[in-house]
Amino acid sequence: MTKSELIELLIDQQSHLPVKDVELAIKSMLDHMSASLANGERIEIRGFGSFSLHYRAPRIGRNPKTGESVELSAKYVPHFKPGKELRELVNLPDNEPNDLS
Amino acid sequence: MGSLTKADLAENLVDSIGLSKKDAKDLVEGFFDVVRHSLIERQQVKLSGFGNFEVREKSQRPGRNPKTGEEIPITARTVVTFRPGQKLKSKVEDYMQE
Repeated sequence: MTKSELIELLIDQQSHLPVKDVELAIKSMLDHMSASLANGERIEIRGFGSFSLHYRAPRIGRNPKTGESVELSAKYVPHFKPGKELRELVNLPDNEPNDLS
Repeated sequence: MGSLTKADLAENLVDSIGLSKKDAKDLVEGFFDVVRHSLIERQQVKLSGFGNFEVREKSQRPGRNPKTGEEIPITARTVVTFRPGQKLKSKVEDYMQE
């Protein structure tokens, strides 16, 4: 599923809202989440999971084309940890999506 | 610093787009519900600029109880993984703690 397919579904669910409000809302939400992570702030979505930053120590990398060494500085990478509910639902042996409210 | 929650996301939609509190809350809930349902149906979700959620099948592998050292197999399972997009990665890269 892509972002635009997801937005289409939400437009159907929230049919009383102007289409452009739904589009704008989803874009704003994702921007808000990105900005929070860029500020080092965790995101905790109950029933879904949490996003946080993981530290990566500086290291010497290599340019795979030239074999040349390059110094890579320390950085942070986004990390997602699925919540218990999502973990369990995804791991059910035979998923019957219709049974899930 | 506190964590960003669904309530914060909804409040931001009220302030920035002028949605009602209820519509904002429903949209935020709806968004995560749709992503979750898609993953439960083992369908990946691609959010350009943010990242992709994928469903992967892991086969059984040997594990250990870290407390007792006892060997116990980690059973085969289906897991959700998140691969951040290039845009999100570069936004986050330079974060430095004060």
